Amino acid sequence: MGSGNGNGPEESLERHPFPFPLPIPQLGFMSLVNYQTREITCKIVYYGPGRSGKTTNLHYIYGQVPHDRKGRMVSLATQTDRTLFFDFLPLDLGTISGFTTRFQLYTVPGQVYYQATRKLVLQGADGVVFVADSQARQLQENIESFQDLHQNLSEQSVDPRAIPLVIQYNKQDLPKDLILTPAELSDAINFRAVPDYSGDALHGPGVFETLRGISELVLKRLSSPSSAR
Amino acid sequence: MQVDARHRFENYVTGSANRLAVAAAHAVAEQPGLTYNPLFIYSGSGLGKTHLLGAIGNLVLQRQPQAAVEYVTLDDFVEQLHAAIASNEGERFKQRYGRVDVLLLDDMQFLTGRRETQTELLRLLNALQGTGRQVVMTSDRPPSEIKDVDERLITRLAGGLIVDIGAPDYETRIAIMRAKCEERGVQFQTGVVDELAKLEFGNVRELQGALNKLIATQTLGGEQVRPEQIRAMLGLEAASVKAPAPRRTSRVMGRPNLDFQSFVSDIATAVAQHVDPWKIKVAEAVAYWSGEGYRTSKLERALAEAGRKTDFETILREYFAAIERLRELEEQASSVDPALGANEVFRDPERVADAEALTTRAFSGGTPPPGPSAAFARDQFEVGPSNQLAVRAADAVIQDPGKKYNPLFIYGPSGVGKTHLANAIGNEIIDQSGGAAVVACVSAQEFMDELIAAMQEGNVDRWRARYRSADALVIDDVQFVAGKERTQEELFHVFNTLYGEGKQLVFASDRTPRQLDGLEERLRSRFEGGLVVEVQAPDHILREKLYAHYLNDVETPERAALIAYLADRPAASVREVIGIVNRLVAAADIAGMPLLLTVAKTELENGAPTPHAPDARAADRYFLDDEKIVWHLPDLGARLIEDPK
Repeated sequence: MGSGNGNGPEESLERHPFPFPLPIPQLGFMSLVNYQTREITCKIVYYGPGRSGKTTNLHYIYGQVPHDRKGRMVSLATQTDRTLFFDFLPLDLGTISGFTTRFQLYTVPGQVYYQATRKLVLQGADGVVFVADSQARQLQENIESFQDLHQNLSEQSVDPRAIPLVIQYNKQDLPKDLILTPAELSDAINFRAVPDYSGDALHGPGVFETLRGISELVLKRLSSPSSAR
Repeated sequence: MQVDARHRFENYVTGSANRLAVAAAHAVAEQPGLTYNPLFIYSGSGLGKTHLLGAIGNLVLQRQPQAAVEYVTLDDFVEQLHAAIASNEGERFKQRYGRVDVLLLDDMQFLTGRRETQTELLRLLNALQGTGRQVVMTSDRPPSEIKDVDERLITRLAGGLIVDIGAPDYETRIAIMRAKCEERGVQFQTGVVDELAKLEFGNVRELQGALNKLIATQTLGGEQVRPEQIRAMLGLEAASVKAPAPRRTSRVMGRPNLDFQSFVSDIATAVAQHVDPWKIKVAEAVAYWSGEGYRTSKLERALAEAGRKTDFETILREYFAAIERLRELEEQASSVDPALGANEVFRDPERVADAEALTTRAFSGGTPPPGPSAAFARDQFEVGPSNQLAVRAADAVIQDPGKKYNPLFIYGPSGVGKTHLANAIGNEIIDQSGGAAVVACVSAQEFMDELIAAMQEGNVDRWRARYRSADALVIDDVQFVAGKERTQEELFHVFNTLYGEGKQLVFASDRTPRQLDGLEERLRSRFEGGLVVEVQAPDHILREKLYAHYLNDVETPERAALIAYLADRPAASVREVIGIVNRLVAAADIAGMPLLLTVAKTELENGAPTPHAPDARAADRYFLDDEKIVWHLPDLGARLIEDPK
């Protein structure tokens, strides 16, 4: 429990296969803030091993957002030259300090064999949420997925130490004998000491805290000189 | 209304429950309009909203004594609005609030159901924020929970920062009471204040009431209050201590303690912290003024120069001043001619000088007459034997307007370039004068339509003055005036005025003046008084040049042969040449090959005109939109999926 069924077909999600190649690669380089059009657009990618609860995070957020603030949550699939499959949730936060602020939340498929899709979705991300599965027997998957994340970022010439990243230890609602504590998980995974949160994505605790954590890291880049992109 | 001078930050006790609110209020008071705008403070009653509001006002006034700070409760605001409307002074009401630098609005919860007030408030907030003025509001609940309020207003209210003030904690209560005792010069026995603070009061006002009671007892009764008496004095039995008022945070206990609304307000704080405040201010100004229909390119340029700290205050001040000036000018100009109000010049703060010139002209005879079309440039005009006489005459006119051939009368069949040449003369005259010359350039049809419109509106004088003040007059298709008596009469007068002042006149027609039936003798003789020159159908040399010109941008491997072939074919006009080129390009497109001689031959010798090919480039643009995401996806049902590899 705790993770939905990961990346398999979801009844409650709409699916939109594509008849043409998705131009995702070109899309990644839009800047975070556009002073001309007064828009802030944050692309946040939920990363993690299969069935760790990335989609569940999005579902919870989707359920909490007032109707006029959320777009349709979609899952995308296509069978052309490239295969894609991911969840996407656009959030409209309204006008903040004069900026139309939009968040775009994506999940990657966690299963190892969806490597190509993960790379595509990761392109142009402004921030990454790593959703770890707190179950003790999943520890190795967490570690592998975290390494996979670093590798994919490096391949895209993104410095994994520079991109905003937070970690969520999900499924903390499970019986204590099945899971590791946040402290243990932190020791195992969070060697870079990024902000981390314990979560129960199915019921909500930690979901918005995580999202707020990553958002604040991303937005911090607005004022740091390195973000002059 | 005046801000209460007693409400200051110095006597506002800060604790954990109100720290954020105080910090935000302080930031706002130090830089009104720059940090959190609007700032929305909510809390239960008696927790210090009004005090904080007053503190903002007082600090602003202390730092900038001439700032206009207005404190008003929503109730008063409504009352003033109603009074203003009743006495037909709605405009003055708007102006009064439109001038405020810092607007402090108390008790916003009373907005519920007041549509009129909401509309007025929305307009006011837009206007104030658009000009970088600060708005601070308080309410007993967050904006989203105020019922029956226009959605647009809610988003406006929530657009800045929303902070709440919780009930004071134990330490804060002690601090508040110590401050009060000091203020009153009262000394209690040790333990009294602590004992009182242990009672959970839902708000500061109740706490103060209890304290007042103790102070009264002690000062009037002349006896020191002892800690153990307190509960009894306040009518509280030890057992029946008033249940603590629910703390604001308790409402989310047991549930995830962050919801979407507070997430958004946290994000708002983060954005406000990390986006350069001045950029926000400029961006808000851009949003507002572009919404009002003004050009904001100047501000946008300032924004684009990211990184460098621009002197944005000066930029904004100049910008506002320019708009102010434009509005004045627009008002003046449209008092002379209502049609002028729509002129673009009044919407561009970078063209104040133009607007001034336009207004001046409006007073001295209305708008300038229509000018020549910039699309017709002299250097784009190809010359060959069939039109060289006309072109030479035109060049002479351009060199010395009004001196040599005045008027210049160009005639020839349709589509040979008369309009181009006539407009080009106009353009060149303007260029040579450095842009100062006013060249009236109209077709005879427009000239007549304008006259009729002016007659309808009863301002023929002004219309006439526009043309008479021109430095040159170009009239195309002058054959249309034939038979139109009134138009001919007006043209005659304009002609005489301009000719008398040595201004250049150019006419284009499809016939010679003599061939124009229904043209009055007095005009005919005047038209013939300068130079009447013909433009003929393009000859071979000109056709070669024309094809070379129009095929310039077209890919063709056999350019020379193609041009030679085409030039050999007769063409009655330049227009026909352009038509042929377009036809050939389309045919080659459809055939999917470069424009070859054979394609041209097939197309011209036996082909019917082909329909236009679909616009492939537009389709590309649609698919390669540079948004990060695709918002609308065609639904193909359940066709899927990624195959595991």
